[in-house]
Amino acid sequence: MSYILITVAILVLVIFAMIVRTVNLLEVFSGSFYKRAGTSNKVNALLFPITFILGTIAIVWSYSSASKEFLPAPSSVHGKEVDFIFWLDMGIIVFVFVATHILLFFFPYMYQFKEGRKAYYYPDNNKLEVIWTTIPAIVLAVLVFTGWRVWTDITGEAPKSAYNIEIVGKQFNWMVRYPGTDGIIGKHNFRKIDALNEVGIDFDDKAALDDFMANEIHLPVGKPVELKIRARDVLHSVFMPHFRVKMDAVPGMPTRFWFIPDKTTADMRTELRNPNFNYELACTEICGRNHFGMRKVIVVESEEEYLEWLKSQEVFLAKNPDYIKNVPEKLRADAERIISKKPAEGVPAQAAL
Amino acid sequence: MAEIAHSAALDVHAGHAHDHDHDHEHHDSFWTKYVFTTDHKMIAKQFLVTGLFWAFIGGAMSMLFRIQLGFPDANLDWLKPILGGWIQDGKLDQNFYLALVTMHGTIMVFFVLTAGLSGTFSNFLIPLQIGARDMASGFMNMLSYWFFFLSSVVMFISIFIETGPAGGGWTIYPPLNALPQANPGSGLGMTMWLVAMALFIVSQLLGGINYITTVINLRTRGMSFSRLPLTIWAFFVTAILGLLSFPVLFSAALLLIFDRSFGTSFFLSEIYINGEALPNLGGSPVLFQHLFWFLGHPEVYIVILPALGITSEIIATNSRKPIFGYRAMVGSILGIGTLSFIVWAHHMFVTGMNPFLGSIFMFLTLIIAVPSAVKAFNYITTLWKGNLVFTPAMLFSIALVSLFISGGLTGIILGNSALDIQLHDTYFVVAHFHLVMGSAAFFGMMAGIYHWFPKMFGRMMNDKLGYVHFWMTFIGVYAVFFPMHYTGIAGFPRRYYSFTSFETFSKFQDLNVFISIAAFVTFAAQAIFIVNFFWSMYRGRRAPMNPWRSNTLEWTTPIEPGHGNWPGEIPTVYRWPYDYSKPGAAEDFIAQHIPYSQTPESNLAHEVDPVEAYDADLTVDTHAQHRG
Repeated sequence: MSYILITVAILVLVIFAMIVRTVNLLEVFSGSFYKRAGTSNKVNALLFPITFILGTIAIVWSYSSASKEFLPAPSSVHGKEVDFIFWLDMGIIVFVFVATHILLFFFPYMYQFKEGRKAYYYPDNNKLEVIWTTIPAIVLAVLVFTGWRVWTDITGEAPKSAYNIEIVGKQFNWMVRYPGTDGIIGKHNFRKIDALNEVGIDFDDKAALDDFMANEIHLPVGKPVELKIRARDVLHSVFMPHFRVKMDAVPGMPTRFWFIPDKTTADMRTELRNPNFNYELACTEICGRNHFGMRKVIVVESEEEYLEWLKSQEVFLAKNPDYIKNVPEKLRADAERIISKKPAEGVPAQAAL
Repeated sequence: MAEIAHSAALDVHAGHAHDHDHDHEHHDSFWTKYVFTTDHKMIAKQFLVTGLFWAFIGGAMSMLFRIQLGFPDANLDWLKPILGGWIQDGKLDQNFYLALVTMHGTIMVFFVLTAGLSGTFSNFLIPLQIGARDMASGFMNMLSYWFFFLSSVVMFISIFIETGPAGGGWTIYPPLNALPQANPGSGLGMTMWLVAMALFIVSQLLGGINYITTVINLRTRGMSFSRLPLTIWAFFVTAILGLLSFPVLFSAALLLIFDRSFGTSFFLSEIYINGEALPNLGGSPVLFQHLFWFLGHPEVYIVILPALGITSEIIATNSRKPIFGYRAMVGSILGIGTLSFIVWAHHMFVTGMNPFLGSIFMFLTLIIAVPSAVKAFNYITTLWKGNLVFTPAMLFSIALVSLFISGGLTGIILGNSALDIQLHDTYFVVAHFHLVMGSAAFFGMMAGIYHWFPKMFGRMMNDKLGYVHFWMTFIGVYAVFFPMHYTGIAGFPRRYYSFTSFETFSKFQDLNVFISIAAFVTFAAQAIFIVNFFWSMYRGRRAPMNPWRSNTLEWTTPIEPGHGNWPGEIPTVYRWPYDYSKPGAAEDFIAQHIPYSQTPESNLAHEVDPVEAYDADLTVDTHAQHRG
C-alpha cells in the first residue's frame, strides 16, 4: 500500500515537473519569457477577483450551515449583553473585512501590468492618513466604551444576596462545595486535603461545619450566583459556555465570577427540543493529560427546587463522621447538632433576606 | 535610465577596483565560508535553512494533531515506525498530543518566525540595503547563529526523550510546567525547553544588538533614517523590541528554573498534588504570566513587523509605485513597537487579575489597532493605480495584507475584555492568531524568500511553481483557519485531545475533518516550494543584476556578492527608495544611488540634495587634484 502511494506521489511530482518545464520552454520559444509580464500575470490578476467571489460564496454558505451549531442564546443576564456586543462588533468587522477585501482583490485585476502604462506616482496624502487614522480611532473608542461598561458590570461586586458556590479544579475533575444552611462557605486549607476532604475544608471554621460537596452544580434561576473559584494543583479555568462565564482557577489565589442564570435546564430542553440537554462546565486552561475530560453537569432550576435540593444534600461531616475528630473541641457541639439534623435543615441565609 | 545606472555602477567599479582587493573569500576554507562564517549573507542563509528545517518539523507536528482532531477514531498503528510508544493501541497518546501542540507553538513562534524570518532577513538585508560591508560585529553575528544552532540541537533532542518534550503549552505556565509530577512533559522535556530557550535568548540578544548598532552606525553616505527602506525600519524596531523584551522572558525562565530545581516559590503556592501538600507558599502563577506576556506580546510584533517590512518593499516594487504614506508607515511601525509593550495583559483578562487592570489593557489594546489599520489602508492605496507585476513574492505580499486584515479584525473582538470572557482559549483565538501572526508572518517569509532568492543564490526560482505554491497555500490557510472561527464561536476550547466527552462540543466533526484535510493539502503544497527552493539553488535560471527593477541598494551589488558586498566603493545614496514611476522619468524606477543631477527630467521642486551638492564640489576638487 505505502509503496503504491509513494510511487504515485513520485509520478505526480515528475509529471508536474515536466509540465512546468514544458511551459517554460514554450515561453522561451514564444518570446513571452523575456517580457516583463506575460500570460501568467493575466492569470494571476484574474484569480484574485475569482478567489474573492468563490471565497465569498464559501464564507456565506459555510456560515449559514455552521451557525446552526453555534451555542444557543445565552442563559445568563450578562451573557445577553455580551452576545449583543459580540454580534455588533462582528457586524462592524465584517463590513471592514468585505470593504477592504473588495479593494484588495479587485485592484490586482484592475491595475495589472500593461506594457507602456505608467503607474500613478502618488507618494502620500496627509488628509487621507488623518481620515483613516481618525475614523478607526473613533469607532474603536465606541467599541471600547461599550465593552468597558459591560466588563465593569460583570466584574463588579456581586449583590449581597448572591448564593455562594465554591468550585475547585484538580487534575482532572471539578469539585463543588456548597455553604450549607448558613450560606457561608467555610475556610479551606490546602494542608488539610486528603482523599475524602478533597477541597481541604478547614473545620476550625464554624462556617465550614455545614458545608457539603455536590456531584452536580445546581443553580437557582433568576438569582445572582457567585462562584468562588480555586485550584489545588495546577491552573484550570472554569468555562460555562452557555452562560458566557469563564474564570481561571489559580492555586493560591482564589478568584470569583458572579452572574444570574436566567433559563432553567428544563426551559432549555423545551427551547432546543432536546430532552437530553445539559448545561456543562468545561476546563479551558491546559492542565495536563485529561484536560479535555473535566466535565461537570450544571442544573439550573427554580429557586424552590434549588432550596429543596439544598435540603436533600448530606453535610460533609455527616457523610464522613470520621472528620468529627478534626473539629476543635469548642465547635464539637455545633457539629453534632448539624449532623443530627440530617439531612440539613433550615432555610439558607439568603432566602431569609 | 537603466543605462545611466549601469554606467554609474561601472564607473565605480573601474575607478576603485584596486582599492578593495583585500577580498576575504580568497583565503576562505570550507569551514570559514560555510560553517563558522562571519559573512552576514551566509549567516542569513544558515538561519534560513535552519528555519525551514524547523518549519518542516513544526508543520509535521501539526499534521499529527490534525489527524487526531479530524479522525479521532482512525487506527494510527501505521505511525508506529516514527512515533513508537506514543501510539498506544492505535491511538495517539494524550500526553504526546499536548507535547505536539506545545512544541508546534514553540517551534513556529520562536524557531521559525523569529529566527527563521527575522534572523534571515535582518541579517541578509540590513547591510545590503543600508550600504554596509557587513554587520557591526561579524563575530557576534556568527555567535548569534551558533547559539541558535545549539538551542535548536537541545530542543530537537528533547523531542526524542522518553518522557517526551515539554507538554504544558508553549506559554509554559506554572505550576503545570513547574511540577514534573503534574505532567510528564514537565520533567526533563521542560528542563531542555528552558535550556534551549535560554540559549535562544542569548542568540536573539547578540543578533539584536548587532542589527541596532549596524543600522545606527553603518549606513552609507546619504542613507539618512528618512531614506531607509521600510524593511530596515521594521528590522530596526523589531530588534529593539527583542532587546527589551527577551531579557524579561529570560528572567521568567530563570525564576521558573529556581522554582523547579531549587525549591523557591516565585510562582507556586498552596499546592496539593499526588497525595502531598507542597511546602511552597506565597508565590503567584499570575506573576509568571505577566512576565511571560511582557515578552510574549512584543514577540508577536517581533514576528509580524519584519513580515510587514518585507511586504512594504515588495508591494512598492511590484506595484511600480512608491509605498503610499512612507512617513505614516514609519510612524505606524514606531507606534506599534511602542504600544506592543503596554498591551500584554490582554492575554490575561480572565486570569483573576484585577478587573480594573483589564479595563486599562482593553483600552490600550484597541489603540494598537489604529496604526495597524493605517498600514493596511496604505498597502491598499499603494496597489491603487499601480502597474502590478505578480511575481510570487508579490502574490504572497498581497495575501499577507489580506491575512493581516482578517486576523487583525478579530483582534478587535478578542481585545475587548467583555467579549474575551467567552472567547478566551477557544478556537476563535486559534483562528485569530494563526491568521494575523502565524500565516501572515509565514507569508512574509515566503515573499522574502521568493524576492531575495536571486540575491542570495544568484539564480531565479521558478515562478510557475511559485504561483501554484502560492495559490494552494493561500486558499489552504483560509480553508484551515477560517472555519475555526465557527468552532470558536461555538465555544470549542483549545488544546483538547477530543471533544466527545462534552455534549456541548459533540458537533462540527465534519468541519474538523474538512480542516484536517485542508491542512494536509496545504502542508503537502509546501513540497512544491521545497523542490523549487533547492532545485533553483543549483539549476535555476541565472539571475540578472536587478531582476525586479528595484530601487534599493542590494541590487547594485554583483549578482553573487562576495564578503564585503561591493567590490568597489559602497554607493552613495541620494534619494528615498521608492522613486517608482516618477513622472518625467524614462524608466519606471530610479535607484537610490542615482543622484538628482542625473535625473533633471523627473526631479520634484524640492529635490536638491545637500549630499549631492557636497559631492559635486568634492568631485570637482578631486578632478582638480588628479589633474594637478
